[in-house]
Parts: sequence; structure tokens; C-alpha cells
Amino acid sequence: MIPLSHYLVVSALLFAIGSAGVFLRKNLITILLSVEIMLNAVNLSFVAFGRFNGTVDGQIITFFVMTVAAAEAAVGLALVIALFRGRESLNPDAFTSLKW
Amino acid sequence: MPESLLFYVLSGLAVGASALVIGQRNPMYSVLLLIVSFAALAGLYITLDAPFVAMAQMIIYAGAIMVLFLFVVMLLNAPQEDGADWDRTHPLKRPGFARIGVVLAVLLVAELGWALAKVVSLGSPVGGRADGATIASVREMGRVLFTQYSFAFEATSVLILVAMVGAVVLARREGDV
Repeated sequence: MIPLSHYLVVSALLFAIGSAGVFLRKNLITILLSVEIMLNAVNLSFVAFGRFNGTVDGQIITFFVMTVAAAEAAVGLALVIALFRGRESLNPDAFTSLKW
Repeated sequence: MPESLLFYVLSGLAVGASALVIGQRNPMYSVLLLIVSFAALAGLYITLDAPFVAMAQMIIYAGAIMVLFLFVVMLLNAPQEDGADWDRTHPLKRPGFARIGVVLAVLLVAELGWALAKVVSLGSPVGGRADGATIASVREMGRVLFTQYSFAFEATSVLILVAMVGAVVLARREGDV
């Protein structure tokens, strides 16, 4: 059987990849995808902790995280569409109206 | 050891596909690779005795959310990053506050390493599994979800309603009613 730490290492790797994507990429859609990767990394550690504690709560929290991810994707993509309509660009550096 | 082999194949697939997601220049390939990563994660959930979460992962994430992303990628029809006329200097070489992100990234890596070092020293799993019985049967999940977590469940439905209205309002054109 696989120890808990292995799952947590995979989760940490996925979270690091996701945060690197948020910081490095210059495309709003790829940034949203990186956020999804991070949410999935957290889901994996929730399920792993729940499994190794013998409770069902980890899986339930995973459902709430999935719901929030769905809501975030819907609103985020609507924002991306609205932004693209205004500037014809997906580069976050193009949106500088609020920049001081 | 078929079980540990399965774990290593699936986690390698998940991590590799996720790394490729942020390495692609074309968002279409990113979305398709992320579906591969989510499928591998669903396999990992099955190795964790969570078949219902695995199915929800496939249906909600790989099915619904990724289709939404694909739809937007195709709708906007902007396959490439337009990086040419923007600042391409490395974040470490930029002046001022742009370096704070790098500091945060280093802090994240340090924190993850510290936390994982603690966990690895913890060694064996906390709860007993051994008997192979599925602790998380769908019946038990439904019972806990609709009793202990019923308020959160109802709050989630309000959240989805708000997100739906927000998405419709945000993506609407100005002139439309």
C-alpha cells in the first residue's frame, strides 16, 4: 500500500505547477487552467487525508471545492469574454486601466 | 506490486500532463492536456477508495468545466499568446515590485518542502486501512452530506445561482436587453 506522504508529494507538485502557471503565463485562459490545477491538487490532498483518517469528510469537502471551481470557471470565463471584447487581447498586461 | 505501480503511473501522468499544460503556447492543447491530467487524478481517487469522487471528477471537471473552457477558446479564436509587443524580460531582471512574486514562489517551495519533510517523518498512514473495506460508501457520503453538511450544501446551490446570473450579466453585450 502507498503511504500518505506519496499522495501529498503529488499534491504539492501539482500545486507548485499550478502556481508557476499563474505567475509565468501571459494568457488569461491558461492562468484560469492553472488555477484549476491548484484546486485539483488541494482536492487530492483532501481525499488522501480523509482516506487515511478513515472519515468521509475529505470527499465531501472535495465536492464543495468542485462546485466552487465550476462557479469560478463560469464567472472567470465570462470576464475573459468581456475583456477580450474590449481589448482584442488575452494578455493580462494589456489591461492597465486601473494601473497607477 | 500492481497497486503501487498504478499509483506511480497515474501520478506521473497527472504531473507530466499538468507541466505540459503550462508549457503550451496554444490554449487548445492546454485544455486537452488538462483533461488527461484530470483523468489521471480520477484514477488516483479510485486508488484512494473514492469511486464517487472519481466519477464526479470525470463528469464535472473533464466533462462540464473543460468543455466550457474549450468553448471559450474556440469562441475567442485567439490561439497564440501575443507576447511580441509586451515586456518579455525575465521577472528576476525587472525592477521594483515585480520581484515580490519570485520571493513568494521561493517561500511557497520552502513551505512545501518543510511540510512534506514533517509528513515523511510521520511514516505510515494514520488510520487503519488493511481490511480493504470501502469506508466511503456512497450511502455514507449521502448521509453525511445531507445531515452534517446540509447548510453548506444549500449555500452551494445559492453560490451556483449567483455564478450563473453573474456569468450571464458579464458576458452580455451592452446593447442587449
